[in-house]
Amino acid sequence: MAVSAPTKTMNNVEAVRETLHDALVRDERTLIMGEDVGARGNVFLITKGFLEEFGPKRIIDTPLAEASIVGVAVGMAMEGLRPIAEIQFADFIYPAFNQIVGEAAKTRYRSNGDYTCPLVIRTPYGGGVRGALSHSVSIEALFYHVPGLKILAPSTPADIKGLLTAAIEDPDPVLFLEHKKTYRSVKGEVPEGYYTIPIGKADVKKQGSQLTVVSYGYNLHQALDAATRLEDEGLSVEVIDLRSIRPMDRTTILESLRKTRKLLIIHEDNKFGGIGAEISAMVVEEAFFDLDAPIRRLCGPDVPAMGYAQPLEEEFMISTDAMAQAMRDLVAF
Amino acid sequence: MATTITMPQLGETVTEGTVAQWLKNVGDTVEKYEAFVEVSTDKVNAEVPAPVSGTIVQIIAKEGETVPTGAPIAVIEEVGGAPAPSPSEQVAAGHAAPAPAPAAAPVQPAASHAGGNGKVANAPEVLRRVSPAVRRLAREHGVDLAAIRGSGTGGRITANDVLAAASEGPAAAVAATLTAAPAEPARSAPRPAAPAAVPGETLPLTQARKIIAQRMLESKQTAPHAWTMVEVDVTTLWAWRAREKDRFARDYGVPLTLLPFFIRAVVESLKAFPLMNARFTGEGILVHKQAHVGIAVALNGNLIVPVVRDADTLSIAGIAVAAGRIIERARAGKLGADDLTGGTFTVNNTGANGSIMSAPIINGGQAGIVTMEAVVKRPVVVKGDAIAIRSMMNVCLSLDHRVVDGAVASGFLVDLRKRLEAMDGSGTL
Repeated sequence: MAVSAPTKTMNNVEAVRETLHDALVRDERTLIMGEDVGARGNVFLITKGFLEEFGPKRIIDTPLAEASIVGVAVGMAMEGLRPIAEIQFADFIYPAFNQIVGEAAKTRYRSNGDYTCPLVIRTPYGGGVRGALSHSVSIEALFYHVPGLKILAPSTPADIKGLLTAAIEDPDPVLFLEHKKTYRSVKGEVPEGYYTIPIGKADVKKQGSQLTVVSYGYNLHQALDAATRLEDEGLSVEVIDLRSIRPMDRTTILESLRKTRKLLIIHEDNKFGGIGAEISAMVVEEAFFDLDAPIRRLCGPDVPAMGYAQPLEEEFMISTDAMAQAMRDLVAF
Repeated sequence: MATTITMPQLGETVTEGTVAQWLKNVGDTVEKYEAFVEVSTDKVNAEVPAPVSGTIVQIIAKEGETVPTGAPIAVIEEVGGAPAPSPSEQVAAGHAAPAPAPAAAPVQPAASHAGGNGKVANAPEVLRRVSPAVRRLAREHGVDLAAIRGSGTGGRITANDVLAAASEGPAAAVAATLTAAPAEPARSAPRPAAPAAVPGETLPLTQARKIIAQRMLESKQTAPHAWTMVEVDVTTLWAWRAREKDRFARDYGVPLTLLPFFIRAVVESLKAFPLMNARFTGEGILVHKQAHVGIAVALNGNLIVPVVRDADTLSIAGIAVAAGRIIERARAGKLGADDLTGGTFTVNNTGANGSIMSAPIINGGQAGIVTMEAVVKRPVVVKGDAIAIRSMMNVCLSLDHRVVDGAVASGFLVDLRKRLEAMDGSGTL
């Protein structure tokens, strides 16, 4: 990314919108399809005006049929288009599981490289917005296990633009996750013009020496708040934004861990079999003799869904105070 | 133990009291809760119970005297306590005769109180919980975990505790031991004075530099070094090498240097003087059966010592190939942990840098280290008192004087010289 480029302040929704718009302008093979992406302009107004600007062949309203959305997009991608499929909420992605895992992720392997599947599946995920059972879920761990699929979850406007552009240009399927609670709450400077951020690179968002925190999504911003707050207590916490969930940036995590010797992993998705489990196992395999404390994971609880009632939602979402306390405990360990 | 009795507060608003009557005199014994003084205030008159059992050793407030609440009025020497130094002339006069009833209260030596506090760190518990990083760092820096006070939760030893202890170094530990010994109080070497304000650039220590510094210091401080040297005539050896080197390089793909000849002679001498292939341990002198020879190599400004395993089973050619491979791996940064450990003796080719004499530091607790100095042509007195120009090489030996004395060391070195001088091409490579 050209650091000297002039920048513009925008929130995450605006970053997604601008990136999609630029891609549609730049490459006529790109198209957007999904529920309410056309006339309604997407439920978060991300694609508002796109239908008028690019026409119904490139901005396609679909029925409420996720398997079809992805299945049709897979066919388009294999035949040379660059579809950007939207699942309106991540909670609705399950009907498309077979198309994503069974078809998109295996296309290159199955055809021995004759076909690729340059498909992006965008979907808002995560809770904390009173979205209740069917508008709050985190789905990354369900797809994390699948080779052939890339999963991105950037959480700042600049990262969203760079990684979404990279995802659209990637020759293979990418699941692009956008945390709803960051959509309008997170603002930042975004370089103008075209740039990409390489897929598979984490970003050290805050330097520190006593503890490494790995997080992503909305939690990342809370972790940064907690770590900044702890500076007043004399604690030095390094915060890594994973950004790319798969492929995972082992190098950045291990370099940091070897410096701080302690690791805290924070994610909203539930703990059992989650992303933190993989990071933890990787670190134990690669850097056991650098660990000075047990690895700790702060995650959502193992309950079937996020409740609507405020106390239930608060219980599910990890508080910034809980993060700060976990950081204190690990530094002191 | 003496307990000072104060004027009690007989009512919330009362600020002072008057001693109406002493019910006990100096020297009398009182039981706990037994009334021993009558106090009057403007609200009440009351008998005051003794707060402890013991002997009254001093009366401070006389009858009729008014004192503020909290002011001392008497002193009671408690049962079982050590007698206080005589607080008054009356006691000193021998009036305090009655011995406190020995069975009245259990005697608790002060020491048992201290022991009961539970504040003493349980070292084994702490040591059982060391993290992988702590274990590794302690091993790398030669730090004794039992000597470290942990700063982590529950007294846990943290990685930073180990690094802090390592940076203080064994110097501090040794100094502490020496100071603790009754012998010579001045032996703890004073630290060099802080350098004066001469400007300069401080180069941060790399991990490799730290380890080298630590190992060198450790070796110098634990092994009493002695040093000796012989001159070796390598004229015939030099000629043999010159005859063979082209063919050898062609056949084996590695250059034929003086090093493999030298290592071959060293391992033969080690067989003849097994005490040189040994190390000093707390249990005794450990004499090794195999000879694994370390070769000091300078690499990117750091010293590393890759090891040629079982060098005593290899021919000169075998050593040349093995050493060539391991040095190549070292330069490529591909050495494994096995390549750097397990050495039983070390060879240092100091002559490669032009040195003609050096006093090396013993490596890794071994009994000795030899150097090959530069081969130089010198006029030498030879057989028949003739003077000839010969290729001469000095061979220097540093030895751990705990393991061997000068006689063995000199025997080894002279043996080595004979073997080198006998290498004239009559044997096989």
